[in-house]
Amino acid sequence: MHEIFFYFLVALTALSSLSVVLGRNPVNGAMSMILALVGTAGLFAMLGSYMLAALQILVYAGAVMVLFVFIIMLIDIPATAAYRHHWGTLVAAILSTLTLGGGLTFLFLAPEFRQSMPDIAGAASNGSGLVFSSQAVAYGAGLMGKYMLLVQVIGILLLVAMVGVIVVSKDLRATNSGKSLPTPPSN
Amino acid sequence: MMLSHYLIVSGILFSIGFLGVLLRKNTLVVLMSLELMLNAVNLLFVAFSRYNLSLDGSIFVFFSITVAAAEVAVGLAIVVALFRLKQTVFVDAFNEMKN
Repeated sequence: MHEIFFYFLVALTALSSLSVVLGRNPVNGAMSMILALVGTAGLFAMLGSYMLAALQILVYAGAVMVLFVFIIMLIDIPATAAYRHHWGTLVAAILSTLTLGGGLTFLFLAPEFRQSMPDIAGAASNGSGLVFSSQAVAYGAGLMGKYMLLVQVIGILLLVAMVGVIVVSKDLRATNSGKSLPTPPSN
Repeated sequence: MMLSHYLIVSGILFSIGFLGVLLRKNTLVVLMSLELMLNAVNLLFVAFSRYNLSLDGSIFVFFSITVAAAEVAVGLAIVVALFRLKQTVFVDAFNEMKN
């Protein structure tokens, strides 16, 4: 049962990821992306990280993908070729992807990775590391304890990103008191 | 399931995202493929965290998701700004820094 569910989630995630990458319509791509993210959330749940699975669906499939769909609908994309049509680029892309995928698969088939997952119940503190737990309280303790500084740094990062988005998306030409920015050379 | 199952799935997802970044012309799809790659690495983090029974990797995924959300916000703002400038979102059009 466990295995069937695992392979179902893997097939869902991989096929919808392929649909994102190869599909021609960006809106369909965004919908497939949501499926891929939900499939990954299922894999997180199978690994025992229920908190991360919930967060993945809330933040990724919820907020981020809504933003994507919104921008895709905002931008009216003309129907032209979706892929790069230069043959060198095409061949290089496929070859490097095959090399990367094959290399990673070969690497991860090494005997030291062919271990079954240990039992969560047997988790004991070993040194300074936090102990794995499915409960949300463990994440809270880790975030507010050991990683407090990182949480604050991430807060500053989000603030900077917010200010950056406002600056970038502001139409400078409109507010420049009638003067327009120099138009870029058309090539 | 064994650890290597999850690792191989993560590697395949990363490769698919990589293919999308190299292959596609639409900047929005390129950004989505980047998200796929980040997502694959998150899966790797969680798998190793579960295998080693250590929560640090799982907590790192929090930060990874946050950085990805910030990256999407800034990236999409840049795409919209470029669209305003060029009336297109295809990567071939954005070659200001070439010369």
